[in-house]
Amino acid sequence: MEINIKIVKQIDTSIVYQSLSHQESGGVCVFIGSVRNLTNKQIVNKLFFEAYESMAVLEMEKIVKVAFEKWDLQKVIMHHAVGEKKIGEPVVLVGASSAHRESCFQACRFLIDTLKENVPIWKKEFFENNEVWVTPHP
Amino acid sequence: MRILLFGIVKDIVGVDKLDIKLDIPKNVGDLKKYLVKKYPELGNLSSLAIALNNEYATEEMKLTIQDEIAIIPPVSGG
Repeated sequence: MEINIKIVKQIDTSIVYQSLSHQESGGVCVFIGSVRNLTNKQIVNKLFFEAYESMAVLEMEKIVKVAFEKWDLQKVIMHHAVGEKKIGEPVVLVGASSAHRESCFQACRFLIDTLKENVPIWKKEFFENNEVWVTPHP
Repeated sequence: MRILLFGIVKDIVGVDKLDIKLDIPKNVGDLKKYLVKKYPELGNLSSLAIALNNEYATEEMKLTIQDEIAIIPPVSGG
């Protein structure tokens, strides 16, 4: 059980395979979230991410712990970026490795979905003429 | 009692830390009522959670001066 959790200024996608590969793992599954250029047909110029860092890391640890309980995994990575992010830049990276692909696919989905629900990180979208904190409605 | 603010709450209140010196709320529920009364715009958010010492707190949890308290508006990471 190896865990790699971080809040970072810049997501480094090049470390993914090295961070997740393991002798017992026959599969590695990764999700990378990045900055999209449109929201509801409006052109987005950039995003800004803010985190309540101490709590965010604790919440990320809880999610990863649950993933290890639910699936037979070898390694898990969960990184989230903070600060200003331009179009195309990676902002979140989650991944898991397991003996067979089913477990890491399911775990990867769980990691990103639960991160989006629980982890205290906020995103501001900057458009041509205004800027808004994204507040998803239930 | 110092309270950390983030995201849209920081914009609504206009500062990133609140200091409550009088009529200190006794529990999480009271704190929420106090905040929404003072800053009515907070009532329009789809959710308003309170974190106590880095954990999501329930309404009846008691507050003390030593606690690290934070207001958690709807999260939008990822």
